[in-house]
Formats: sequence, C-alpha cells, structure tokens
Amino acid sequence: MATKHEGHHQSLKVYFWVWLWLFILSACSYFVDISDLPDMVKWVCITIFMLLKAGLIMAIFMHMQLERWSMNLVVLAPPIVLMVALAIFALEANYTLSSRLQFFAN
Amino acid sequence: MTESTNHPATLKPGAKGMVEDWSSDQRVFKNVSWGKSMMWIFLLSDIFVFAVFLLGYMVARISATEPWPDASEVFALTAFGVHVPLLLIAIMTFVLITSSATMALAVKYAYERNRRMTVIMLLATVVLGASFLGMQVFEWFKLIEDGVRPWGNPWGAPQFGAAFFLITGFHGTHVTIGVIMLIVLTVKVYRGSLEREEGGFLTGRKGRYEMVEIGGLYWHFVDLVWVFIFAFFYLW
Repeated sequence: MATKHEGHHQSLKVYFWVWLWLFILSACSYFVDISDLPDMVKWVCITIFMLLKAGLIMAIFMHMQLERWSMNLVVLAPPIVLMVALAIFALEANYTLSSRLQFFAN
Repeated sequence: MTESTNHPATLKPGAKGMVEDWSSDQRVFKNVSWGKSMMWIFLLSDIFVFAVFLLGYMVARISATEPWPDASEVFALTAFGVHVPLLLIAIMTFVLITSSATMALAVKYAYERNRRMTVIMLLATVVLGASFLGMQVFEWFKLIEDGVRPWGNPWGAPQFGAAFFLITGFHGTHVTIGVIMLIVLTVKVYRGSLEREEGGFLTGRKGRYEMVEIGGLYWHFVDLVWVFIFAFFYLW
C-alpha cells in the first residue's frame, strides 16, 4: 500500500476507510457511555476506542506510517514521561482527597 | 560522508534505519524538510501543553470532595421533544473527524498537483472547522446561561467550570488559528502561488505544495486533541 517515494501516496480508499472507522469508534464510545454497563467496563472501552482513534489519525492522516522511524521516535517517545506524571499526580490527588475527607469533611 | 547518505535509495527502513539516522554524524531527519520537522516538534510541545491541562483536570476531579457534575446530563439537549445526552458534542465530534478526512484528501490532491480538488477540499475543511467553532460558541453560551462559572456551577464540584473553560477554550483557540491558516492556504492554492513558487507576504518564503501537508499536520493535531478531550472530559 505504502510506497517510499518522496511525496506521500496513499489511495483514496484508505482515507475513506479511516474516516468510517473514526466515525464507528466515536459512535461506539458514545453508546458505551450512555449504556448501563459498570463504570470500570465503560472506562476501559472508552480508553481503548480513544487510543485506536488517535493511532488511526497519526498513522494514516498524519502519514506517520510513511515517515522514517527517527522522526516518529521524536514525537512518540517523550510523551512516555507523561504516563509517569499521570501516575504520580493520580497518587497525589488520591492522598489530597483522603486528607480532605479526614480533616475537612462536614 | 557525502550527500549520498541522504539519498532515499541508500536509506534503510525500520529500526535499523533509525539507528543509522541517529548515528550518521549528520542531520537526523533524512528526507524531512525543516518545515515539517519543526511542525512535528511544535506539535510535540503542544502535546505537553494539552497533557498538562488534562492532568490538572484529573487532579482537580480526583481530589474534589463534592461530586463531579455528570457531563452526559450537563451537555444534554432536547431535540424534537426527545432528551438526548451529549447531542451537540457528538455532532461536533463528527464534524471535526470529517474535517480531518477532507484535510487528508486536500494533502493527497495537493501532491497530485490537482489544484481544483485541493481548493474544494480545503474549503470543505474551512467550512467544517468554522461550524465546529460555531457549535462551541453555542455550547459556551448555553453553559454560561445555566450558571456555569470558572469558580462554580449549580451541580457540584466548582472546579468543573474552570477545567471546562480552560480546556475547551484552549482547544477552540487552536481551531480558530487553524481555520485562519487554512483560509490563507486556500487562497494561495487557488491563485497558484504554490505552483509558481511565489514568496509569501509575511516571510517571503517560496510557495511549495508541502505547505498543504504541514498545515494538514496542524489540523489533524487539533482533531487528535479533541479525541482525548472527548474521551476524558465528556465521556469519563
């Protein structure tokens, strides 16, 4: 599908499929949200759909699958530290909540 | 080392190519113009800006002792007598995804030197982007009318308003800048400035069709950020 020539070439069909899938995934996450599933299942589904959509946009629309790895690495590697920040902040926020409940609860 | 190492035919793909690129004692980004690599690096910085906003929102939401307002109900609309949760947000999401698809097609046609189709696709992207903005303005008006302020709201945790206005406001600003950029780009393609390699009025850089792709990267990024806002702010 992908050729490595200069100037990127992907067929028209690929773009339509990606558009359709983005639409389907958005619709899925919407219906999961308004469904009566347990909260944990909802969040897992929504997160998976979100990551799939992000992957499709970056790989196909932003042509990452046609770029060299060295370019992709620069964009994809640094956000890993955000996952670390996420973990630290979540721990800290839970601690704040427990202190607030302990000392300031009405 | 000569120019020959930069020639597409001698570049290895995949992980091996990555190691060679980084250890070549030359510029790392082979075959990537500085305009495109700078756009990617700018987008990386923007990823961090939005990520920090979303992390701040997460901390506020976890540590709030009052219940967080239910987004499904806050953003519900009544259409034709039916109560639909998140109706406007769903439409906005669809509009932005479609604008991203038309932008991708504009890039494709630009590389095929199909000026007419490029202009049509860019115009479609502009119209969709502007209608997204219109809906966001409507949403803000409705919430302000309902009594949402950055320091409080009628339903629960006061941090809700601050997070909402900051995150959607910053995203909306990005969309606005994107729409302006796309209008400029459309004019350039329409009058053939890219084909004739005319200098721009601001920087005087020569027009190239790659500009459509670089502009497209920014626009797709705006869509990408919305994917995360949609999931974290509206659905979670």
